[in-house]
Amino acid sequence: MKLAVRSAGDVRDAYAYTGGKAFDARLPCVVLLHGALHDHSSWTLAARWFAHHGHAVLAPDLPGHGRSDGAPLASVEALADWLLALLDAAGVATAALAGHSMGSLVALETAARAPARADRLVLVGTAFPMKVSPALLEAARDDAHAAIDSVLAYSHATLAAKPSYPGPGTWLHGSDRALMRRTHDGQRNTNLFLTDFQVCDRYAGAIAAAARVTCPATVVVGARDQMTFASQAVELADALGARTVTLPCGHALMSEAPDQVLAALREAIVVR
Amino acid sequence: MPGSANPGFDTLAVHAGAAPDPATGARAVPIHLTTSFVFESSEHAASLFNMERSGHVYSRISNPTNAVLEERVAALEGGSGAIATASGQAALHLAIATIAGAGSHVVASSALYGGSHNLLAYTLPRFGIETTFVRPGDLDGWRAAIRPETKLVFGETLGNPGLDVLDVATVAEIAHEHHLPLLVDSTFTTPWLLRPFEHGADLLYHSATKFLSGHGTVIGGVLVDSGNFDWDRANAASGRFLELTAPYEGFHGMVFSEESTVGAFLLRARREGLRDFGASMNPLAAWLVLQGLETLPLRMARHVETTRKVVAFLAGHAMVDRVAYPELETHPDHALAKRLLPRGCGAVFSFDLKGSREHGRAFIEALTIFSHLANVGDCRSLVIHPASTTHFRMDDAALARAGIGPATVRLSIGLEDADDLIDDLKRALKAAAALR
Repeated sequence: MKLAVRSAGDVRDAYAYTGGKAFDARLPCVVLLHGALHDHSSWTLAARWFAHHGHAVLAPDLPGHGRSDGAPLASVEALADWLLALLDAAGVATAALAGHSMGSLVALETAARAPARADRLVLVGTAFPMKVSPALLEAARDDAHAAIDSVLAYSHATLAAKPSYPGPGTWLHGSDRALMRRTHDGQRNTNLFLTDFQVCDRYAGAIAAAARVTCPATVVVGARDQMTFASQAVELADALGARTVTLPCGHALMSEAPDQVLAALREAIVVR
Repeated sequence: MPGSANPGFDTLAVHAGAAPDPATGARAVPIHLTTSFVFESSEHAASLFNMERSGHVYSRISNPTNAVLEERVAALEGGSGAIATASGQAALHLAIATIAGAGSHVVASSALYGGSHNLLAYTLPRFGIETTFVRPGDLDGWRAAIRPETKLVFGETLGNPGLDVLDVATVAEIAHEHHLPLLVDSTFTTPWLLRPFEHGADLLYHSATKFLSGHGTVIGGVLVDSGNFDWDRANAASGRFLELTAPYEGFHGMVFSEESTVGAFLLRARREGLRDFGASMNPLAAWLVLQGLETLPLRMARHVETTRKVVAFLAGHAMVDRVAYPELETHPDHALAKRLLPRGCGAVFSFDLKGSREHGRAFIEALTIFSHLANVGDCRSLVIHPASTTHFRMDDAALARAGIGPATVRLSIGLEDADDLIDDLKRALKAAAALR
């Protein structure tokens, strides 16, 4: 669905996937946030499950990504403010916030800025600090598609993730590359690769944010993640007092291990 | 297989989509000969049917062995995913039927495999889908043939029978100017010789019966999506692609382009096309194609190497009028082939004997290693004389219009020793010459 979101004095249309059912703000809400250069389609299986099991789901495309209007936002803090405005626009007072990679930092910062509006926090494929190699950023200035190929190599832990995502017959490396390229190329005037990865790289507030979070938190990491190493999530998980779930996959957790990610989300979110 | 670089072609040909079987440890891909898959619970069943989970339900829709083949071909092509089908023809039909219906129009190359031409020229019009045929090199013709109701632009990477080389990048550009996807039949080139997505094609398919399997034992097809065509943007510009961008009542009101930004086409093709038309691949066939795919790079290199030797022999023979192979400077698409097909122009080509239909027949009947049959892309060398077989009802004038001479012979070069093949051809040419 489309929502008119007021952010930084501007009102822009934002798109949110609602899991194949009409959004009903009276139901317990689950927000699913995508990572850098991705969009809502990273989350469609889980979104459909929650939407068909008594939840209202918002899986937005962040500004400048996919179907959402506006320029991409340049900081985790700005994205958190935007997310709170999106919740206002959807009429949601409180939600379970889950995010992947860059989206996990946005979920964390949002839960810290407005603790009363987050009743659960799930950080998937997270790390702090989420530093990005200067060489990769430099490469992205010259050739973002080549930089995307580097990210692909580090994001996928296997050539044969089963049962694949969103269904059998999908070549995950290829679908991920197509999505990242399309999302990047959707911005004519901005190097979206640089913007998104710098958002991750520059965020310094995770530990301070964790101290302000009041809801139960879960951290879900991939044992073979080479983008955000599982070991780099330990300090953040400790600061949140979070339960940590380790899955046998790489950074592309939702596509390499969709059932296990759903199980972790259900355990973290459904019983509340 | 994580690392700092994405795996290369040869590695993907062996490993993409396959890992040791978690239940048994089997290293090779198991053949999952089962119609259906047990649900863990009623809730699990419902979630599979409603696409809340990924998994297998019924082998007409998906199967673990087929899924390995689908992922592997997609990997080799640089695509986002694939669907294995009962034949190459089923793959072409699935591609068209996913986005076209009564009232739709296709622009296609006139240099097509006969079966594809039959489907487009005679069969699909019965279902309200019309096709305009354009010579593959006539770029203005492609542009002029596009109508408001056109849904698809289609050609073969190497066209029948003269090996016309499709200028994939330019035809793709024309298609994209009109917000249309380009579908190519890549059967003759395989991803080892040409990866059409890198040149702008959006969809492709193979008759896996040919080089992908290479052993001549199996009928199958694979339809691959690049994931690059933006159906929403195209539909916003033209209103032509509601099949992928509007709710589909046949599947829970799903909007496929919302469900999967880059996988919308394959979602509908599988959830509607395989479900309703049912032209899915048998898992045993998928396994057989996989056996061939593992050696595709080695075989294609050898196919091309031997073909070059045979082409050179024939081009210099007194009984041969013309050899239609794009690596020869005499071929009209030689320059394009040099640019697009640096690894070679495949292993199927035609040549014209000097003489009549009788000379063609005499040549064919004198061959001992080449098998006389209607197929290509086998490890065995194959031959056919169109004027006395596939096109025997045509008189010489009609043959000429189809680009075929009375003594045109098509060869598919296999993996035998080049010297033995050339000796076989020498004997047959001598037999044909003896008719004079």
